[in-house]
Amino acid sequence: MGLELKNLYDDFRDADTIKAYAKIIKKDAKLLPHAINIMEVCGGHTHTIMKYGILQLLPSNIKFIHGPGCPVCIMPKERIDHAYVLAEQEDVILVTLGDMIKVPGSRGSLQGARSKGADVRFVYSPMECLKIAKENPHAKIIFFAIGFETTTPMTAALLDAVIKQNIKNIFFHINHVTVPEVMRELIDSRDIHVDSYNNKIDAFLGPSHVSVISGSKIYEEFPRDYNRPVVVSGFEPVDVMQAISMIVKQFIEGRCSLEVEYKRVVTYDGNVKAQELINKYFEKTDLFKWRGLGNIPKSGMKLKPEFKEYDAEIIYKDVLPLGEIEDHKLCICGDILRGMANPPECTLFGTACKPTSPIGSCMVSSEGACAAYYKYGNLV
Amino acid sequence: MCLSIPSKVVKIDKENAIATVDTMGVQRNASLDLVSEEEIKVGDYVLLHIGFVMNKIDEADALDSLELYREIIAAMNEEDRQEAILEAEEVNGEAREAALGYECPKRSV
Repeated sequence: MGLELKNLYDDFRDADTIKAYAKIIKKDAKLLPHAINIMEVCGGHTHTIMKYGILQLLPSNIKFIHGPGCPVCIMPKERIDHAYVLAEQEDVILVTLGDMIKVPGSRGSLQGARSKGADVRFVYSPMECLKIAKENPHAKIIFFAIGFETTTPMTAALLDAVIKQNIKNIFFHINHVTVPEVMRELIDSRDIHVDSYNNKIDAFLGPSHVSVISGSKIYEEFPRDYNRPVVVSGFEPVDVMQAISMIVKQFIEGRCSLEVEYKRVVTYDGNVKAQELINKYFEKTDLFKWRGLGNIPKSGMKLKPEFKEYDAEIIYKDVLPLGEIEDHKLCICGDILRGMANPPECTLFGTACKPTSPIGSCMVSSEGACAAYYKYGNLV
Repeated sequence: MCLSIPSKVVKIDKENAIATVDTMGVQRNASLDLVSEEEIKVGDYVLLHIGFVMNKIDEADALDSLELYREIIAAMNEEDRQEAILEAEEVNGEAREAALGYECPKRSV
């Protein structure tokens, strides 16, 4: 039998397969040496787990801790304020991905900036900047780039096109972040923040499409140096159930290794061409501030110095606001992103903070834990 | 944010490194800048992310997974059937005991 496109959708969401895995997991879980907490690093997995009611299918000795892998959720207000200020500059068209529309900074969201007259455009693909630049030759197009390793090569490809086509009116404000650094931060007991950090994480469900780009090799240190199994999983519910089953099997067999459930697209080395493009234009920042988590060393990307003529952060440094901004006093997004609390434990959850009027970042994106609990959580 | 869409390649414009892909009936263009030229051909399944082909989906591996799922479901159905038989036997046994007025020797499971 050949593969049809619909197999790639339907068969990985099949109810009977999910039930069969639920049964296997339930049976195997009786043999677990202790209860286990699995952190799904990625917000896409949080969404799948809530949407398909996976928590209800699991026995009581398997729990999930929702991780910080939603690039919109961890974007600090300081960076959103940068975007806001850039959008207000004369002749600037600020372009970003649709995910950023509602994210609140200290002065409001980019949607708000647009309603006040700023030219902010939300696009599906970074490449749309090329068309906008051509149609507006006198404007300065600033691409506010967000996302994990999955989305970084697309920004690099845009810069590559800008240089090759000798386009002079496209600039970049880079907010790309990387996954292994934050995973390490969450479990590394050598870190000074350790008292406030969660060390209940027994295993990781590895991100899907970050791994497509970077390869499963980026997680090798976690089983090896931190004794935490990692299973890289696809985003479909059957993928997630299979990956949970693989994690449980590691515990009952006394193994601790890096495994890939999502083999149909994830290799050990990843997409080498995309990695080369990233390495050509980007380098690591010393620090990047994550909303709720604080500064994490080497966890962000910036343009290499030789491309500073494209770097909006350098060009507009005189107008970009400095200084730290505190989060809302009652918002516990930080604890949620660290896996220390669940959304319903927040006093703002579902009352003052809703997807239509989010206060905390976890309510903004559909991949944020709060938004997922708000939408699907009445099942729990 | 990191979601990608499985799609099928229906046309390749090598000169501009653009593929036309079909996503469940909807056709659109996607950049091939992130994959090597010889890697992708018409008929391949690929992952699409914000206007780019991210990589090829390994068809053989996807089929292996589907085969594994069929086996698991079959094994579970068989287990359910066996459990149902044992349960039915137990119920019958109890009914017989009640009718006979004494305990039958239990069969070990």
